[in-house]
Amino acid sequence: MKFRIYRYNPETDAAPCMQDYELDVAPEGLMLLDALLLLKEQDDTLSLRKSCREGVCGSDAMNINGRNGLACITPLASLKQPVELRPLPGLPVIRDLIVDMTQFFKQYHSIRPYLINNDPPPETERLQSPAQRAHLNGLYECILCGCCSTSCPSFWWNPDKFVGPAGLLQAYRFIADTRDQATSERLDDLEDPYRLFRCHTIMNCVDVCPKELNPTEAIGHIKDMMIKRMV
Amino acid sequence: MVKRVVVGAHYGARDWLVQRVSAVVMAVYIVVLAGYELWQPYHNYDTWTALFSSQWMRSFSLLFLLGLFYHAWIGVRDIVMDYVKPTVVRLFIHVGTVLVLVLYGIWSVQILWGM
Repeated sequence: MKFRIYRYNPETDAAPCMQDYELDVAPEGLMLLDALLLLKEQDDTLSLRKSCREGVCGSDAMNINGRNGLACITPLASLKQPVELRPLPGLPVIRDLIVDMTQFFKQYHSIRPYLINNDPPPETERLQSPAQRAHLNGLYECILCGCCSTSCPSFWWNPDKFVGPAGLLQAYRFIADTRDQATSERLDDLEDPYRLFRCHTIMNCVDVCPKELNPTEAIGHIKDMMIKRMV
Repeated sequence: MVKRVVVGAHYGARDWLVQRVSAVVMAVYIVVLAGYELWQPYHNYDTWTALFSSQWMRSFSLLFLLGLFYHAWIGVRDIVMDYVKPTVVRLFIHVGTVLVLVLYGIWSVQILWGM
């Protein structure tokens, strides 16, 4: 199989370049990450992140043939050759396929991704009804791989000001949580032409999410809640 | 050093809503005008003047144009937000756009009521 992989080491290279690789394997049954690890045996300078190798940790997010995804759950047989691999777009490259996700996590932290509840903690748990709990489905499963935010042009242009789909999905996860008491503050924080409203509903995030989540829908719900409290 | 994030302008939702409402106004106007065109396909100066001589049509047209201008303002501002970073240039474009759109508004009134 043929591969074209983005190579860049800021310490030694003047500019990034694409390097061709060939691997003699039958693609059936293999995931892209398996192939990358075999390539790394050929050339141990090839750098990438990986951990769980089963789509749970979100470390090996990359741009695969022009589309963001997780290498570990992308079947090799599904890819057109040469398989072109690039780092996630819009983030600074540390080396090869490894990007600096500081900005991404800064936005995630900015939405205060934790329950805010000032009541004294109960003896056991803060309970929810099954229906209330069901509201969190499709929100809590995010693994923060960054595929969505780095496929969003609004995040490319304003990564310091626009929260991005991943952060906004998490913002709604806590806004929708009946145990959280900071709904109004959370909405205040997003009521701004940048933080939420840079989203123009192009749905790149929905298109690429490896967990098949829908940040656009969550953003729509946040907008609805803002309008509801405004009118 | 304190790294401040300058956000929190508190007008995101209002502008977003205005953009949607103005879009609906424009869509309704276009449908009404297109419907009139289909119903009355042959036009000359007299029929156009007759159409726009009613206060109702003039007001509806002004509403359409004002909606268009406000819609355009938000759109242009959004584009500038993405692509123009220096504050001075951005402010210049913002002020220029607002002034041009206000002038268009005055001009629209002159055209609609000056016929």
